[in-house]
Order: sequence, then C-alpha cells, then structure tokens
Amino acid sequence: MHATVRPAVSVKIPPVVTGAINREPASALSMRMTISKVNFFYGAKQTLFDVNLGIATNKVTSLIGPSGCGKSTLLRTLNRMHETVRGARLEGEILLDGQNILAQDVTAHRRRVGMVFQRPNPFPKSIFDNVAYGLKINGSKTPIAEAVEKSLRHSALWDEVKDHLHKSAYELSGGQQQRLCIARALAVEPEVLLLDEPCSALDPISTAKIEELLVQLKDICTIAIVTHNMQQAARVSDFTAFLLTGQLIEFSPTPQLFTTPGDPRTEAYITGRFG
Amino acid sequence: MNARLHWRKFLSAFMLTMTGVCALISVSVLFFILGYLVYHGGASISWNFFTKLPAPVGEAGGGMANAIVGSGKLLLLATLFGVPIGFFGAIYLAEFSGGTTAFIVRYAADLLNGVPSIVIGIFAYALAVLPFKHFSTLAGGFALGLMMIPITLRSTEEFLRSVPKALREAAMALGASKWKTITSVIVPAAYRGILTAILLAFARVAGETAPLLFTAFGNRFWSNGWNQPTASLPAMIYTYAIAPYDDWHRQAWAAGLVLLGLILIINIVARAILSRGIAVPRA
Repeated sequence: MHATVRPAVSVKIPPVVTGAINREPASALSMRMTISKVNFFYGAKQTLFDVNLGIATNKVTSLIGPSGCGKSTLLRTLNRMHETVRGARLEGEILLDGQNILAQDVTAHRRRVGMVFQRPNPFPKSIFDNVAYGLKINGSKTPIAEAVEKSLRHSALWDEVKDHLHKSAYELSGGQQQRLCIARALAVEPEVLLLDEPCSALDPISTAKIEELLVQLKDICTIAIVTHNMQQAARVSDFTAFLLTGQLIEFSPTPQLFTTPGDPRTEAYITGRFG
Repeated sequence: MNARLHWRKFLSAFMLTMTGVCALISVSVLFFILGYLVYHGGASISWNFFTKLPAPVGEAGGGMANAIVGSGKLLLLATLFGVPIGFFGAIYLAEFSGGTTAFIVRYAADLLNGVPSIVIGIFAYALAVLPFKHFSTLAGGFALGLMMIPITLRSTEEFLRSVPKALREAAMALGASKWKTITSVIVPAAYRGILTAILLAFARVAGETAPLLFTAFGNRFWSNGWNQPTASLPAMIYTYAIAPYDDWHRQAWAAGLVLLGLILIINIVARAILSRGIAVPRA
C-alpha cells in the first residue's frame, strides 16, 4: 500500500523501487480527489500505469513530465473529458469527496470539476455571455450579472473588461482570453479547477498574471495544473507529481521534489538531463 | 541555359495571364447574363408586371403577379420541407454517427444531389400528384424540397465539422450535455456558413423548372389553394419563351430578370444579416 496518497500515517515509508515515492507531510491533509490504481488505454495502447495520487483540498497540485508522459491524460480523466475520445478506457477508481466520479452523472460531475485548456478557447460570444454560459445552461438561480462580476473579479479581469462586457471575447488579448476562460470555469463554482498547460500559448507577462491568480484561487477551490514548465510548477504549486511514460515516478511537496528528489529519474528530469 | 531561363519566364507569364483571363471570364459571365436580361426584359418591367395577371394572347400588357406569388409559395414549402431534414440530418452526421453510417448517408446524399431534376419531378409526380389526381402547389414544393435536402445536408455538415474541437471541449467541460453543446455553441458558431449553404440551396431550386412541369404544373390565374396548380416564374419563362409571340418573349426576359433580382436581393439581405454577430476567427 505504499502508493496510496491519502494523508500518510508515517513519513518513514521506505522508497520502493517499483512504485512511486510519496512523501506526504505528516500533518493531516484532506484530499479533495483521490486517484487509485488508474490504468488508462487509448484502444490497445496503455498510457497510464497504476497511478495513485491525491489532490489536496485548497492546494495547487502540479503534474510535470516530458511530452507524452500521460500528464494531460491523467488531468482529463479527473473531469472525465477522456470520454469524448473514441476508444478511450479507464480502469481504477477516482474519488471526489469520497464518491466515485465514474458512478456520477457526467454533466453534474463536470460542473464540480472545471477545466481550462492549453489554448484560450472562448466561445464566439460576448465577454459577459462567455462567463454566463455555465450558469445559463445549468439554469442557475443566482443572479447572473452578479455571478459574472464575481467570477471576473476572481480571475483578475474585471477592471480590464467591466466597461465593455458586451464586446466580443475575441477582442481580448491571449492572456485576457485565458483569464476569461478561467472566469468562465469559476462561474459555476467548481470544487476543483483543472488547468492543462494554461500558459503554453501566452507571453511571459500574461503567464505571470495567471500564476499569481492561481495562488490566490487556492482559497476558493482546489487546483490541479499540468505544466511543461518546471519553474512554473515550482512557483505555483504545493505538491508536484512527476510522471514518466505513463507512470507516476514521484509525488512530493513541491520544495522537496525540486530540492531533494527521491528518485534518480526525477533528479535527471528536473536538472534538465532529459525531457 | 539562357534560352531555358527565357522559356521558364515566358511560361510563368503565360500561365499567370491564363489564370487571370479565366478568373475574368468566370466573373463576366454573370454580368453578361445580367446585362442581357436587362437589355431584353428591362423594358417590360413595370408596376403592372408585379400586380397584374397574364394577359390573354394578343392583348398587350398584363403581368406575372400569380407566378411571382406562386414561386414564393413553392420556395416557402420547399424550404420548410427540405431545410429541416437536411439540417438535422447534418447534425446527426457531424456529431453522432460513426464512420460507416456517415459514409453511407453522405454518399447517398451526393447521389441524390446528382439525380437529374426531371427525375425528381417524375418521382414527386408519382408520389404527390397521381394519388390525388391533380397537380398542386404542395407537390411542387415537395419536389423542390427534395432537391434542397442533399445540398443543405452536405454543406451544413461541412460547416459543423469545421467548428474547432476546443469549443466543444469548453462547453462539455462546463457540464453541457452533448445536445446543449450543439445548440448553444456549435450551431451558433457555424450559423453563418449554414445560412449561406441554405441560401445556395434556395437559389439553386428557385430557378428549377423541370420538377415543376408536372407537379405545380402552371396556372394562368391565381391559384385557388395549396392543393391547386400554381404558376411559377421558371415555368412561365419556359412557356413564354417557346411561344410564337414577340410580346411573350419580352415578358419571358422580364420574368428572368425578376427571378434573378429576387435571388440577388435575398442573398444580399442575408449576407447583411450574417455580417453581424461574433465570428469564430480562423485558426
């Protein structure tokens, strides 16, 4: 049971060669999501192997690893976006607040676990309608205008767009569009926000804004982020998981993983010897 | 070496000129037709042409009011019948069907698109005229509607497929069901293209004569109802153009001009409407 990531009872788990190294802090952390023994297949090709991971409540967890290591796939399973791909198959168990997400209604689940994608993908609608979309389709009872303002404030976009909420979302810059997508996801008040390389299409200034935002958003939701950029993981996240060829190699508090990695492969990756 | 270089330069210039000339011809055909119609038919167009019934042979004047209204009714029926089937069929093809089904439906639609319009006419005649023992507006609309199905279906499908996957994912990730994603994101993102496709289908069948010859038939008077034969502009052009009277020939030209004008106006208005709203930028 070395590979479970529920709050560790003891920190003295010996590193096991075949499994992932988990060095949870001794303090009791509550886990918003728990991934256990997840195997994932695209058709006959297996892309995730026996992954066990916990996403701690109100923390930022980052998934790092070289291209094709399965980090995006893992993230997408968390709100079941993998089901939109023909031939994708998931084995294992993923819990959200102790409930198996695969047993839930998929649309209800996705309202609780929001997602922001690699490239900003606003709808061809106004700024306001983009943020209001999730509320409208869910027939939300809350006053929409207030909820839109709140989400835009959370995503630090309100001051930039408040005077032209009815302009096309495409008139915003790339970084603003990405923050709009974050606001759109936040509007339905998800418990977990997933971000799939949200800054890979952005310039450094926009990236810095989003990183700053993520740290603030911890207070209102739990965050899991996939990133190509190790420095980004180090800057924003509390926990970091390192994946390699579909396997979870190491999962530790971020400072530990980057200063004293427990696995030689992690060390090789973070010091830039491959990837 | 020098000769070869000259030859290559010549060939390049020659081909460039050829493509330019061909592009010019393509455009000028439209203006040539338009000019010809105005030249021959322009003089016959008057207020009477739009408000009066056709005059008896030998009597001057008269109009084609019944044919204009008849064409309008036929096109309305065709659109109401053909567009929804093509549109929803396209949604099924683009969003729900698997590879084989989609292939079969697409192929069948292409074949249907290639069926000569006179054959569509016979089919509609057998299905919608013979059982009722008389020609009718409904049968004409049915025949034209059949022709609109494959055009609407194929082009709508193309436009639906061209909506970026990222938009679908964004909607799904917010908890939208498949159907909600289609109605609230995919169709709005593709509606310009879809409307253009519908307009093309509309313009295409607006000028069809063959399917109307033995369905809507023709009528020198106002049609008495939807289940009665009706006049239509293309059928009137056909009848008037082969008649031995100069006056009728002029009226046939005028009818052609009116038909083209109506299609052109609908096109321009629709494009003006389309230019509003927010378009998805091209990737």
